[in-house]
Amino acid sequence: MPELLIPELHLPLIELAILFPLLGAILVSRMRQPETARRWSLAFAALSLLSTTIAWQDFIGLGVPLAHDHWDVVGEMFGRNVFAIDSVTAPLLPLISLLYVLTTLATLRTKIRRFSFAWTMVSMSLSLATFCCQHEWGVIGLLTLATLPPYFELQSRGKSTRVYVIHMAAFVGLMIFGWACVCIESKAPVHSLFAILPLFLAVLIRSGVAPTHVWLTDLYENATFGTALLFTTPLSGAYAIVHLVLPIAPGWVLQSIGLVSLLTSVYAGGMAIVQTDVRRFFSYLFLSQSSLVLVGLESVSHIGLTGGLCVWASVVLALGGLGLTLRAVESRFGHVTLTQYRGLYEHVPLLAVCFLLTGLGSVGFPGTIGFVGTEILIDGVVEVYPHVGAAVVIAAALNGIAIVRAYFLLFTGSKHASSIPLNVGLAEKIAVLTLALLILGGGFLPQPGISMSSKAAAEIIQARPAVLAPEEPHHEPEEEQSPHEREDHEQEAHEVETAPAQH
Amino acid sequence: MDSIAPYLGTLVVAVPALLVLVVGAASLFGRPLPERKLTRCIQFAIVTGLLAALVMLALMLITGTRHVPIELGDWVSIPHYHFHIKFIFDRLSVPFVILTFLLCGTVGAFAANYMHREPGFTRFHISYAIFVLGMVTTSLAGTIETLFAGWEFVGLSSALLVAFFHERPAPVRNGLRVWAVYRVSDAALLLAAVVMHHLRGHGDFDQLLGNASWPEGVSHIESGATFVVGALLLLAAAGKSALVPFSSWLPRAMEGPTPSSAIFYGALSVHLGAFLLLRFSPLLDASPALRVAVIVIGLITAVFAAITARVQSDIKSALSYASLTQVGLIVMEIGLGLRYLALIHILGHGCVRTLQFLRAPALLQDYRTLENAIGKKLPSRSAGVREWAYRFALERGYLDILLDEYIARPVIWFFKKSDDLERRYVAWLRGSVAATTDKRDDASLED
Repeated sequence: MPELLIPELHLPLIELAILFPLLGAILVSRMRQPETARRWSLAFAALSLLSTTIAWQDFIGLGVPLAHDHWDVVGEMFGRNVFAIDSVTAPLLPLISLLYVLTTLATLRTKIRRFSFAWTMVSMSLSLATFCCQHEWGVIGLLTLATLPPYFELQSRGKSTRVYVIHMAAFVGLMIFGWACVCIESKAPVHSLFAILPLFLAVLIRSGVAPTHVWLTDLYENATFGTALLFTTPLSGAYAIVHLVLPIAPGWVLQSIGLVSLLTSVYAGGMAIVQTDVRRFFSYLFLSQSSLVLVGLESVSHIGLTGGLCVWASVVLALGGLGLTLRAVESRFGHVTLTQYRGLYEHVPLLAVCFLLTGLGSVGFPGTIGFVGTEILIDGVVEVYPHVGAAVVIAAALNGIAIVRAYFLLFTGSKHASSIPLNVGLAEKIAVLTLALLILGGGFLPQPGISMSSKAAAEIIQARPAVLAPEEPHHEPEEEQSPHEREDHEQEAHEVETAPAQH
Repeated sequence: MDSIAPYLGTLVVAVPALLVLVVGAASLFGRPLPERKLTRCIQFAIVTGLLAALVMLALMLITGTRHVPIELGDWVSIPHYHFHIKFIFDRLSVPFVILTFLLCGTVGAFAANYMHREPGFTRFHISYAIFVLGMVTTSLAGTIETLFAGWEFVGLSSALLVAFFHERPAPVRNGLRVWAVYRVSDAALLLAAVVMHHLRGHGDFDQLLGNASWPEGVSHIESGATFVVGALLLLAAAGKSALVPFSSWLPRAMEGPTPSSAIFYGALSVHLGAFLLLRFSPLLDASPALRVAVIVIGLITAVFAAITARVQSDIKSALSYASLTQVGLIVMEIGLGLRYLALIHILGHGCVRTLQFLRAPALLQDYRTLENAIGKKLPSRSAGVREWAYRFALERGYLDILLDEYIARPVIWFFKKSDDLERRYVAWLRGSVAATTDKRDDASLED
């Protein structure tokens, strides 16, 4: 679609969503009182959340595949649409904003002095800008900039930055090299592996696919929980795959590398079971689930992509919630290990319930937001990898065991004696209930979310040049199709016929 | 019939779902229902569900209808994928759902007194409500996806109730063991569902097993795939019903409160595997090898449990192995094609075992009453087994050790070694010495 013809939202909501946290960062960086800084950060993050939510609804109302801001100031400055939202990013933006809001809201006084609200606001602005950016070099620049806040935090905490720096330098270097090669080969119908593989390696490092995942566990161990959570949970690596790699990589390359992600999900699921440190446990759980998202995206089939996008949303929400729960536990009880039974249930029953709900939600337990998404993902992955696709089920089973094991070790098995009340405060209660409602609400009414993901998956496939298409998965002959399938095909045929008219 | 059946069918499923919603939401918002109100809610839900199921049965008998599908439409529908919600009332599901309501109602009434003023009264009843929902959903499921959802609800509630007395480590450890076995079972069922979906494009039982009412269905799955699907279902059933080699979780599950032991492991949950095999019994007709496998597993389980039950020193463990003996026989009956017999066996066994479990806490009192009545001591019963069999039974067939040594330990060893290697690698990258855990400077409220 020519850039000038991209439909507009009714307000400059995307730019406002990015601008609010940036203004917040400038303001709170001058504040000396952490509590005041937290309140202002919360206000700016909430404004950004409001903007992204309205933008999402506006986007749905427009019914277009891509939309940019009304009064697009950045677009005017650069002479092209830099920021726009599409079917993939529109629903993710409010979720990411919500994660920042809840993290800020649920930061207790015990953490308030060592958690930088100014850098959190900068990180929020960069995250949202990355997910809205339509310009490839812009995405690369923003992804590079986003690696800085965790680095500064590690440094300020006096922790070793080497593991993080080595991996992020490799990520940035490979990404720039890969995209430069793509630009050089811009006239070729299919890009060479010389251009695609560095890009792939870059996003695999950023996503923490084994064996390049150690930076992730290192970050969780050494940075504040909040910073590590906010840096990893939005899955910027997955966005880089969607935006940079999927449009240019041949199907067979994507599917081959998908196998590595598949193995990572099983490996990380197993590793989560044996961890004795609660942060390492979370990082492996996150790794396993985020690898499943990548498997879905790299399957390049409609069902696989739909499943991947659905699980992406559930990872942001459910695993983000699980991370916040663990952070709340750490705020009360300090560094928690999984070497003995803690018996914290009696002190913080709401956190225990939230832990179980978010944990099971992240592995696709029935009635939660991830259930149907995981089923679709498994269906899509088995279609593309008939012999090893079952590994997704094994990964989900391992993750389920890891979550319940951690729940039992943290909240049950003994009696914890405490001389002070450790109840959940109002702010945390709001955060927990919001998450619970979204996870259960998304579980009971999954159709809107799945439809959006399906639409986004169709658009991703449509955006890929025909020469890159993988071999179509085997479908049953017409006479053996069930009535539902026939309806599907008719519906699809109708969609294809009407597509030019709609767009 | 056609006009009223959809409403009745929906009511049977909706009532337990509403119960979970009400009880769960009240607790989540920090306003747990008081004991009396909670008990009333449960009574109302169980009685309403039971009456609706009974009316449905009466209508089916009057009209001679043996197969009443209740279509609730597509929960999710996108090109190439449908999550269809459908429930079936037939000669298998109706008795099973009536049994569920009947026994859950009995146990609910018992638990209202038994759990009175217990600190986890609400927690128990939330798990109980999830269990009822899971059982009803599984019993009436008309698609494999719906069945899987119910199956998972039953698994979670079971694990949480085994670990109900969560201030002690033993129940929690056993809860985790039960959960781990259930996850294996769930994974097998999910895989079977995915394979069926791929073979037929649907998880609808009518598409997989034909429109004929149970048990007259015919497998519509290709013969080569029948064994694979059947084997996965058998694995799922073995995990859920504690068949050999998964039997060792059953006595461990007795750590839970007596009411939950009664409905879960005496009456309903332990029969769920057999129910699954009954539901998919047309697959057994299509694969003789599968049928032999079912018979063999049933036979081994029955013999093993019969021997083991004789040496148990606590009443709940003895009852659990007695249950398992019957479940093994039921599975054998299914393998032999005696489906009605298996169904009747489930119904009868479930009722008897519930009564025995609920009387278990008063066993000594019962013995005393009997001894007072006959005026002398009851004859003590010897195990009546040879020494090797005694040792085998005392060690519960070494199944725990076998699973631990040959399945769990190698897996754990591999991942622990990998963890160790990773820590060394990270330490090398950092230029420091590897440590198992890092010391932190994070402050906490308690500090």
